[in-house]
Amino acid sequence: MSNYVELSKLNKTYPSPKGPQVIVKDFDLNIQKGEFVTLIGHSGCGKSTVLSMLAGLNEITDGGIILAGRELSGAGPDRGVVFQSPSLLPWMTAFENVMLGVEQVFYTASKEERREIVEYYLTVVGLGDAMHKKPAELSQGMRQRVGIARAFALKPKMLLLDEPFGMLDSLTRYELQQVLIELWRKNKITALMVTHDVDEALFLSDRIVCMTDGPEAEVGDILHVNFPRPRERKAVMEHPDYYKLREHLIEFLEVHAHRKDSMTPVNSKPYPPVSAKTKEAELIPV
Amino acid sequence: MNENWLKKIDWLILPLIGAMVCIGLWHAVAGKKTYVLKTPASGLEEMHAGLVQALPNGEEVWKKVKPLVAEGKTEQVKSFANGTKIWEAVEPFVEEKRVGLIAALPNVGEAWQSSKPYIAEPFAKRGELDQGILRFTWLSLILVAKGYTLALLIGTPIGFFLGLSKSFTKMTDPIIQVLRPVSPLAWLPLGMVLFLGAGKNASELAALFTIAICAMWPTVLNTAVGVRAIPQDYLNVAKVLKLSRWKTLTKVMIPATLPYMFTGFRLSLGIAWLVIVAAEMLTGRPGVGGFLWQEYNALIYEHIILCILTIGIVGFALDRLMSVVERRFKTA
Repeated sequence: MSNYVELSKLNKTYPSPKGPQVIVKDFDLNIQKGEFVTLIGHSGCGKSTVLSMLAGLNEITDGGIILAGRELSGAGPDRGVVFQSPSLLPWMTAFENVMLGVEQVFYTASKEERREIVEYYLTVVGLGDAMHKKPAELSQGMRQRVGIARAFALKPKMLLLDEPFGMLDSLTRYELQQVLIELWRKNKITALMVTHDVDEALFLSDRIVCMTDGPEAEVGDILHVNFPRPRERKAVMEHPDYYKLREHLIEFLEVHAHRKDSMTPVNSKPYPPVSAKTKEAELIPV
Repeated sequence: MNENWLKKIDWLILPLIGAMVCIGLWHAVAGKKTYVLKTPASGLEEMHAGLVQALPNGEEVWKKVKPLVAEGKTEQVKSFANGTKIWEAVEPFVEEKRVGLIAALPNVGEAWQSSKPYIAEPFAKRGELDQGILRFTWLSLILVAKGYTLALLIGTPIGFFLGLSKSFTKMTDPIIQVLRPVSPLAWLPLGMVLFLGAGKNASELAALFTIAICAMWPTVLNTAVGVRAIPQDYLNVAKVLKLSRWKTLTKVMIPATLPYMFTGFRLSLGIAWLVIVAAEMLTGRPGVGGFLWQEYNALIYEHIILCILTIGIVGFALDRLMSVVERRFKTA
């Protein structure tokens, strides 16, 4: 099976007073069609840089990206992006925000058809009653639902999610992960997500790519997650492999957290890197 | 309880107290009419100063006496020393005089009495420069509206370019910084020169030019700041959706800049209203400013106060109006 998305020898350097600073170095990744891949790593490791290069929002210093057989240059609506902050335009209603993209992509469709597309996706994400509200009237979680609807409504070749649930409380985050995974399954969209939440990565992904710490971030480890789909949170967490994979990921992240920090004794763990761990403990018996 | 009640209406009481103090101060320094008794012979007083004013001094006496002594007429000398020849009985008369710290400044009552016809018949037209105060205001407002519109039409695009292009900013910033502090009084003569060929319309065009060039700077600078402050998130959305340049401008950039633009528009309107008075004064156009200057030249100082108050109130009203509009866009 040929690769749907190919990132080859991807490099990102920023000029700095001390000479060029390498953020991402020789990053290689292939993604199959319909696969859900997650990039995980510490904050500032360059995972978001990789994603924004794929989105076309950040210039590629060296290397190339091929999507569906064509080399990418610049941004475009063939990649639906869900930003960390929902990035809705505050002067437009939820409906108008989604319509802005739909008009761009489905310019040949009739007005009625476009309206149906927008209404369909907003209803699917659970905003059927709130679609004519402005972002200021919506909760943070509802805004991100609009963000998800906007990305899916474009019928993109690929979905890019940049820590999409990072700003939400854990309850809302779980709800939205469910919304996302169902939409993804129905639409069979190839997806790349960036996160630092281990449980989120395990619940959603087919494959987890661990990135080493930046600067000069590269692929450190690749984990295959074979929980059966469609996934239920409870079933996933009760799966015999779940804690094994989780431990593996946390260990990887911890090793890399202390890799350059030789002053810290190996035994002490002052900053547990998995933020969701404690929150989840309260929520497990759902 | 009582204090509570006072606190509730202090928004009304405190400004009233402020206004009263202001008017009181004005009244205290203003002049008022009084009447003084005068005698036409008061010229003598200039000649004779001293404890006993009527008494001539030695030199005077000697000058008068010398010829008499020579002629041997001693009687007349006596009568002069008595003063009977100089002190003729005259009717005293009454003269009007202004007194006070600033005698020429009309007081509250005078200002009101004299302004009453202009306020009571605000739209009357008795002559080119003798019209009701609202009629004058209206004339001024029309001129301001024209100049202000011109300022916005020129200033907004310039501001947008400044916000978008660093090179354009570097290129024009020194010019802007130099032109911005120039007073309307300095621009107006240049405007007159520029529009010399326009004949009858020269003064209006010069006034418009002055208003536009003085009032546009806040719009220019605020728009530029607003464009620079457009969140990268919004621009990323435009990029990802591959919006056309036109759509990016109208759907993303202009709405995102509007709150800043309206702050600029409000400040510009304030300046435009400031400039109108100067422009009317110098060109002698009918309007609040023109009226003010004319009445100063005609020594009717009461009307200066009427004009100042009118200008202030209208300016205040315009500013309020604009901030209502501004707030509407802030929430968007």
